[in-house]
Formats: sequence, structure tokens, C-alpha cells
Amino acid sequence: MSDQAVTTYLDETLLPYFFCPGCGHGMITDHLNAALVKLQLDPHKVVIVTDIGCSGLADKYFTTNAFHGLHGRSVTYATGIKLANPELKVIVLMGDGGCGIGGHHLINAARRNIGVTVIVFNNFNYGMTGGEHSVTTPLGGFTTSTPFGQLEYPMDICQTVAVNGASFVARTTSFDKGLSDLLGEAIRNDGFSLVDIWELCTAYYVPNNRYSKSMLEHTLTSLNFSTGVIHQATRAEYSRAYRQSVADEAGKAAVAFRPILPKYRSDLDRRVGIIIAGAAGKKINSAATLFCRGAILSGLWATQRNDYPVTVKSGHSVSEIILAPKEIGFSGITKPEVMLLLFKEGSLTVHSQLAAMNEEDTLIINNDILPDQTTAKLIPIDFNQTGRWASKKEYWTIIALSKLLSEIQIYPLEAFKEAVGERSEFAEDNLAAIEAGEKLR
Amino acid sequence: MRELINGAQAIVRGAIHSGCNFFAGYPITPATDILLYMIRELPKVGGIAIQAEDEIASMGFCIGAAMTGKRVMTATSGPGISLYSENIGLAIMGEVPMVIVDVQRMGPATGGATSVAQGDIQFLRWGTSGGYPVIVLSPTSVAECYSLTCKAFDLAELFRIPVFLATDKETALTISTVDAEMFEKVPVRERQIASAQADFVPYRATAPDEVPVFSPYGGAHILRFTTSTHDEHGQLTKSPEKVRKLNERLAAKVETHLDEIAMVKTDMQPGAETLIISYGVTTKSVEEAITAARERGRQVSSLTIHSLWPVPEKEIKSALSGVRKVIVPELNLGQYSLEVERLATNGIEVVGIHRVDGELISPEEILEQGGLK
Repeated sequence: MSDQAVTTYLDETLLPYFFCPGCGHGMITDHLNAALVKLQLDPHKVVIVTDIGCSGLADKYFTTNAFHGLHGRSVTYATGIKLANPELKVIVLMGDGGCGIGGHHLINAARRNIGVTVIVFNNFNYGMTGGEHSVTTPLGGFTTSTPFGQLEYPMDICQTVAVNGASFVARTTSFDKGLSDLLGEAIRNDGFSLVDIWELCTAYYVPNNRYSKSMLEHTLTSLNFSTGVIHQATRAEYSRAYRQSVADEAGKAAVAFRPILPKYRSDLDRRVGIIIAGAAGKKINSAATLFCRGAILSGLWATQRNDYPVTVKSGHSVSEIILAPKEIGFSGITKPEVMLLLFKEGSLTVHSQLAAMNEEDTLIINNDILPDQTTAKLIPIDFNQTGRWASKKEYWTIIALSKLLSEIQIYPLEAFKEAVGERSEFAEDNLAAIEAGEKLR
Repeated sequence: MRELINGAQAIVRGAIHSGCNFFAGYPITPATDILLYMIRELPKVGGIAIQAEDEIASMGFCIGAAMTGKRVMTATSGPGISLYSENIGLAIMGEVPMVIVDVQRMGPATGGATSVAQGDIQFLRWGTSGGYPVIVLSPTSVAECYSLTCKAFDLAELFRIPVFLATDKETALTISTVDAEMFEKVPVRERQIASAQADFVPYRATAPDEVPVFSPYGGAHILRFTTSTHDEHGQLTKSPEKVRKLNERLAAKVETHLDEIAMVKTDMQPGAETLIISYGVTTKSVEEAITAARERGRQVSSLTIHSLWPVPEKEIKSALSGVRKVIVPELNLGQYSLEVERLATNGIEVVGIHRVDGELISPEEILEQGGLK
């Protein structure tokens, strides 16, 4: 930026404005320009983000950066820009229509106190599509889509963002002589600012309602909507608060490769499919992962495919594990070599796989579950006889997997012990559970 | 050196190794893992990762950030892609480089949140108004989740376009053993930034397939971005000549550069009259089926498609040469087979194998339904 003062932020070759005669949009645009001139911001560091609607025509006149986006979404682009580059001054120009379709984004931008300034060109209807009603159309107001009068109560945009965490909120009209000062104050605010500017739509709302400046002022008073600076708060601006909150993470190793180095030996020479049929919340998946780690510690390859309903603590939880001496392709199991049937929730979902098993296969089964007709070799476990583990169902999978490794040569039990000992606050209990499984008769 | 890792982690690793430094997403099964890994991992490399208020905002945040020069990614599943739709169009129009991960689950609608599917394959191509092209890559394994994420970032930079990574619940969430050497390094090009001295016109293209040079918000030049049909200055226009130029260029910049995008893997057996075409998770079953069929003395070839859109027509046509039957297994009711059908002329029989019950197509099913027993 040169040292010379900027005298205008408008591209005067494009003037006069394209707005309808008498429309308030031109007045607001002039005041915004005046505010920018007062603030003397570097145009390279200003981004004017506009929404859809007549207000969305305003960005083209500015010599700053501009982003003209989809209807109602302007606040989201502005948030992305500010989050990515906190140095920028990001100003959103949107209509009352945008506040309706994008109300959710307004609320959340206020909650974050993200440093963008929203200027609402509020003329009570959709000027660009033909004068339909908006969220701010006054009660009884006639629009092309409320020919019998508006029945919906007008949204208080200011209070909506004020109660949800905005740090600067003001309301005024386009006739306000001090509007540029007010806009300057809003832009200077570090956090989320919103200025709701009431104005006349001379194409639709004025002729359809014989509306005027004095009626606009009357609407304000009849609704008891106050004007001027309505709300101010001191809160951390989001893009900076985010950076502060993650500052300690900087430089830590990201997405590190965490190798599992083989220390044990497995003589497994074929692919083995193991299904653990359990219940959600019983650590089926995490036990299966530890079991897979033990396999890799023994030089094997492993895959683990999990199946569960959307609920976390209820319903079935099934892990399908494949172990093999070489890389595994298809990770599904149509006929398992081993099944651990531990909880009845899981047993309901593995019927076809259980039916496919034959006398060469092994079924480790919780004594309390009656198996379907099966020819598989049965290894029952009576968890009631496991002492302190009888009530600790979240360790039953570890116990059963330990039993499996004790019964069938897959990989050394020591490798499983090492895998469970490597991580988590449950290591001690997991190790004890493996030992309990080892001792089972 | 091996590790135990799922596709979601491999995608995050690929993104971070590609210089991704901005992520926004909204929780949705089965894509949430990517959001959660990103939120934990990106700050370590100075990046930003945020949970937005919905999928629409996720896209909005990413698009805004991309235009400040960030390398951005978002991840969702089918219902989220529905909500991404309008902003996919905006990203095409404004020529925003970005990567969108679709961890497919069973549809329609909420469908089966925890069930695998490949039902979004046509949707990703045609999921926004206007019908303009996007790029869609599809990994078949955890290792490819890594390499194709890198490739997606590279293509996004090259073409300034949304590039999709079409994966699925199984590929993203099945934990697999992967050897360090299987993570193929894919170079990702730097974004071309207009020099501070040069004249900068945001959407100026001198050739009908040219990608305009980028300059970020806050950089040396003033940048205008618009969702509306625009001239080279980024100003709205209705001039038929300018509109035609823009729209034709948005298609040509991708469609006349197929050779830079097409990625397939062939396993051709001389004399084979049967070809299996697959992509994504289904490919693993195909590989096993091919091995089994050949062991039984059957002659069969396969074509794995890694770049689904734009359709690698030359590669498909070449693989179809001399073939009498082509088998297309998919976890949908027959979507990519539509593309194969239009290319399989000369009386080639197209046999689709479909599953829409949340289960995988097994190698056995391919052998049986493909007549390869």
C-alpha cells in the first residue's frame, strides 16, 4: 500500500450504482465506503463477501478483494477466510433474505465470535426475485407471497446474534447520518459484529404497502426494537483463540508411522478367519485390535473389519479378523475357521457364518449361549467360574482370545501379552485377563 | 516395517504429507474418524481443523480458506454430499482447489450408516447443477487411501477443481496391516501463484482449456471471486460470448486432459475373453477371484479403475479389445456399468454383479455370477 491516503474504495468508473431509484442500498454502500476511508485499511487486506440478493451487487463497486457466494452462505465463506488468515478484515454484505436462509450460520458465527462484520441490508422482502416475504417482513406486511398479509412474526436479527455471543451489535436505518461512524466501529471490533440496517425497497415493499421512511420508523417503535449500539461484549476472537488453544501442539510429530516390529514367530501357513460375536460396549473392537497387534508382533499380517449398529453402548458388536502369513486381500469372512460367540447380541448377526462352519473349525462359546446346530469343535467357557472376571464382561473377549491362543497354534501367547502391555491404562487388567484365559480348563 | 492402520488414518496422513493445512467437517458415520484425526493432527503442522455447524458450512469454510491460499480438505458420507451439492457447484465455478472425501455408506437417505456401499459413484459426477466435470479417484486399499489422497491434492492444484476421493466404510474403517513400503509417495505440486509484479486478472485464460493463475486473498493482488457467470475479471456477465468461453473452459480444462488424470491398473491375460472391471473395495474380491479362476484354468483379465471421473475411456476401450464378456461388480444397482456399457460396443456382453445389503461382494460370488467357476 502506498503512503498516500486512500480517498475512496469505490471504482468510480462503475458508478452510478445499479440499484433502483430510491433504494437504500446505494446509501449504505456510500456509508461503507466512507467508513473504509476513515479506517484507511489496505484494500489488499479487506475482503468484502456478499450474499445473494440485490445487496450482492454491492461488492463489484469496491476496489478491495471480493467474494460473491451462494445464498445464505456468505458468513461461512467469511469464516473460512478469517480463520485461514486472521490479518484480513472480512466484511459480509447480506440481505434479510440471507439472514433467513443462513440464520444458522449467523448464530454460529456469533457463538464463535469470529472476526467478521456482517452488514444487513434489511428491506423486509426479496427484491431480486420479485418481492416475496422474508424473515423480517413486519406483521401484516403485503408482499407478493403474502398477498393477504404477513402472519409470521419478524425476526429480531440483532437480539438473535446478541444472545448467542456476538461482541458488537447495532441497529439503525439507511437514513442515519452517523451510519459510516457506526459501520467503522463495527469493523474495528475484533470479534463478530453485526449492523442491521433498515431501509426502503422502492421496487416492492414501498409500493405494496404504501410504505415510507416515517412508517419504517413507526415499525421500529411499534416492535419496541431499539436502535444504535445494542450490545457489546469482550470475548476472544475465534481465529486467534483457536491458534492459542492449539499452540502447544505445534511441532509434535503428526501422522507418525508407528511400526510394530516382529519379535515372535508364528508358524501359521494359511489364512485364518476369526469372528468375535459380541455386544457393544464390551470392548470387542479394542480387544480385537490388540489381538491383531499380537499377530503382527509375530510376523503375521492382520485385518480387522468391524460391524456394529449406530448405537455405541447397545446392540451387537462383531469383529472379523483375518490373520495370514502374507498380505490379505478380501477382508470379509464367509466361512470362519474360528468363532468366539461371547454375547447373545452378537450371536444374532452371525447365523450364516456359523452355519458355514464344519468339524475342522472351532467355536469358542460362552456357556450361557445355546449354539445353533453346529458341527464345529466346541470350546465352552463358563465365565461364571472366572472369579473376579465373572462380572467384568469387558474383559471376556481378552479371556476368550487367550483361550484361543492356548488351544490352537496361531501365534505365541507371549506376543498377545506384549501387545496388551504396550498401551492404555487397561494394560494391567488386560494382562491379568490373558492369564485367566490361559488357566481356563 | 509394518503397522496396523485404517483407511481414515491413511487419508489423514496423505493429506498432511500433501501439505493440507485446513480442514472443516461435520460428524457423520463413517467419515467422522477423518474429522477427529484431522482435529488432533493438523495443529501439529500448524494447520487448522474445525467442526462446522453443518455440512454446508464445512464446504463454505473450506472454500473461503482455499482462496486465502490454504490447501483444504473436507470429509463426509452420502447424506453430507447431498448438502455439499450447492457448494460443489460454487467450487467448480470459482475454480477452487479442494479435496472432498466421500466415505460411502448405504443409501438412499440416511440409509445404513454403518454399512458399506458404492452408491454415490454417479452422484459424485452429477451431484451439482449444470453438469460440469469434477475429478473422482477411488482407492482400493488402505495404502491407496494414502497415495490417492496425495494424488487428489495434486490434481486439485493442477486443475483448480474439487477432487473427490470416493472411498467407503470398509476401506476407511477396516484396520489393515500395511508395510511402510506400500505407502507410495506421490509428489504434490505447489500452487502456481501470480507474481507480485505481473498484471493479475483473476480468471484470465489465453487458451480454451487453461487454468487461471491463482492469487490469494491478502496477497499481492486484488482477487474477485464469484459464484455467478463472470468475465475474466470475476465480474458478473451475461455476454453470450464470454459466458460460452467460461463454461466451455470449465469442462475443457479437465476433459481435454484425460491423460494427466487417467489412472488404471490392468492385469491382462493373453487370449482372455472375459474382463472384470472394478474400483474401490470391490477390487480386493476381484483380485482373489482372478487368482482362483486362473488356478482353475480359466482365462480372465481385470481392469481396476482408480480415476473414475472423468471416465478413462481410452484405457477402458483398450482393455475391452478382444473381450466378449465384461463383468462389473459394484455395491450398488449398476452405476459404473452404465459407463462400461456405452463403451462396450461390438456385442460385448456386460454382466453386473450387485449387492445393496451392506455386505461385501465375495470372490466366490464373482466366480459364480461371472460364470468363472
